[in-house]
Amino acid sequence: MQAFDTLTGIAVPFGAANVDTDAIIPARFLKTVTRTGLGRGAFAALRENPDNLFDSPRNAGAPILIAGDNFGCGSSREHAPWALADLGFRTVIAPSFADIFAGNAFKNGLLLVVLPQAQIDRLMAIAGEHEITVDLENQVVTTPFQDRFAFEIDPFRKACLLGGLDEIGLTTQMEGEIAAYEARLQRERPWAA
Amino acid sequence: MSQQPRTLYEKVWHDHVVSRRDDGTSLIWIDRHLIHEVTTPQAFEGLRIAGRRLRRPDLTLAVPDHNVPTRDRRLPNPDPESTTQLAMLESNCAEFGVELIDIHAAEQGIVHVIGPEQGFTLPGLTIVCGDSHTATHGAFGALAFGIGTSEIEHVFATQTLLLRQAKTMEVRVTGTLGFSVTAKDVALAIIGRLGTAGGTGYVVEYTGEVIRDLSIEGRMTVCNMAIEGGARSGMVAPDEKTFAYLRGRPRAPTGARWDAAVAYWRTLPSDAGAAYDATLTIDGSEIAPQVTWGTSPEDVVPITGRVPAPDSFADAGKRDAALRSLAYMDLAPGTRLQDVAVENVFIGSCTNSRIEDLRAAAAVAKGRHIASNIRQALVVPGSGLVKRQAEAEGLDRIFTEAGFDWREPGCSMCLSMNPDRVPAGERCASTSNRNFVGRQGPGARTHLLSPAMAAAAAVTGRLTDVRELMG
Ligand code: SF4
Repeated sequence: MQAFDTLTGIAVPFGAANVDTDAIIPARFLKTVTRTGLGRGAFAALRENPDNLFDSPRNAGAPILIAGDNFGCGSSREHAPWALADLGFRTVIAPSFADIFAGNAFKNGLLLVVLPQAQIDRLMAIAGEHEITVDLENQVVTTPFQDRFAFEIDPFRKACLLGGLDEIGLTTQMEGEIAAYEARLQRERPWAA
Repeated sequence: MSQQPRTLYEKVWHDHVVSRRDDGTSLIWIDRHLIHEVTTPQAFEGLRIAGRRLRRPDLTLAVPDHNVPTRDRRLPNPDPESTTQLAMLESNCAEFGVELIDIHAAEQGIVHVIGPEQGFTLPGLTIVCGDSHTATHGAFGALAFGIGTSEIEHVFATQTLLLRQAKTMEVRVTGTLGFSVTAKDVALAIIGRLGTAGGTGYVVEYTGEVIRDLSIEGRMTVCNMAIEGGARSGMVAPDEKTFAYLRGRPRAPTGARWDAAVAYWRTLPSDAGAAYDATLTIDGSEIAPQVTWGTSPEDVVPITGRVPAPDSFADAGKRDAALRSLAYMDLAPGTRLQDVAVENVFIGSCTNSRIEDLRAAAAVAKGRHIASNIRQALVVPGSGLVKRQAEAEGLDRIFTEAGFDWREPGCSMCLSMNPDRVPAGERCASTSNRNFVGRQGPGARTHLLSPAMAAAAAVTGRLTDVRELMG
């Protein structure tokens, strides 16, 4: 997984509340065999409008998405974070996120930043014209206008994101214990091993 | 010093802890991993991108089932996307050294049918699969549960999962079942009492005389639907029936290993006095054949019942849900379930596609014919071996003579990822496990019931009390 440190870039001022995972990636795109390439189906309904935010040249390559309350609710499909990542997003800033989506996002290296609505509004106003910086180490979002918005994050998730460690990477560090268990299993319950 | 009495789940959990972490989670060893074509491609891709190997291919078994066509398999697959997923499964298994039961093998079938059939499923094991009905294997006293794609990749790479220990719930079904009342009716009655979220956070252990008296296949049907009550796993303590079912299966242990295994399996049942975090008791002798009326498995009533009025629910959320369900199902409150006509019948899915299910349905179909309003009546065996056994017993002829369609094994109309669909606006009497909106096709209206009840609906053209037909 790509390590996350400090990210400065264009933010897409999306802002809609209760955006569900069906809206992020409709079911008809689920018969895929890769995590990549889902960007073409991301926000498909919205993007039928040619003037949508996601395809506007100004937002090309934007790594930051600013969203509304309860982002990612609905079906548990892991395709939602895959689709966002494929569109180029590395972080989403919103007042709140749906639970399962938050877990899936973390498992796929997508940083979710929770900020109060007033600060989101301020970022929305700036986003169109100026770059925004997300500093994970210091847990702060900054703007060129001296705004400093601190955010909270679970220390375990922070460490994983900073180190580019996915859960598999972390578990692999316990290989000694896994191998010891495996050897014991072979001795004690050979039919299972 | 004597040890505290423990439940079946606590014993299996304890024997699989690789390491305990400070945050309350444990790294748990996974004994068996079943995989299929739909939820694995991205997990294999993840391994490839990270340059990781699949740690224990010998504990992994692959079979295509979710989107395989159930008509003649020698014909080209009509769906290019499904063709790609099937080809990916083959090439991924070859690349990572995983054994594949391919689409043309006699043993091919639904993952949850072939695991037990092959003796891949054994008591006391941890078993995972990227499908939420993995609890089926709990019928053998295994701890079995469904996982997502990231977790599949985690198991591929490490043969472990990071988990938090669940709470325990005992669902005790007492007494004896009445005439023509089956494991499916027990499963539905339990969900009716528990609600779809009642088991959330729990591992359920099914106990009581009714569960003891059920066949192994019946226990699989009950455990299969644990997730519909919100529980990720359901379990039944292994007993002599369990051992008899497994002895001699292709992947079951043999000789001295078999004896050692049985000795261990006998230590697994919950100790006398073991405490559960919650208990639900149901009188099995009061369970009638069940049928669902709505779009959630908890929307269930006895076949003798009527469609409930939304106002009869105390909870406002439930009232709204019932209103939406009735609109989708096109049913009026107060309608007798037995007056509801159906156009489609599906006998199959990992809930009810084993030989006993087919026998029960055939017993009803025998000497009768599907009603004139039935447009499709599919019988989809759970595996090639079930199909072959049924054909040896002449069940296929009973079905075809009665007007049913006898198909190749797979998930089929349980989730309609293949061409088997219920047309929009039509009803289906289905032995599967989910009556969700659109599950059997966009606009499809599902009524869940047992195989005998499904066959009864096929021959009368409406939801029918099988006891009247057979009595
Ligand atoms: S039959 Fe249905 S529930 Fe069972 S494994 Fe297949 S899709 Fe899942």
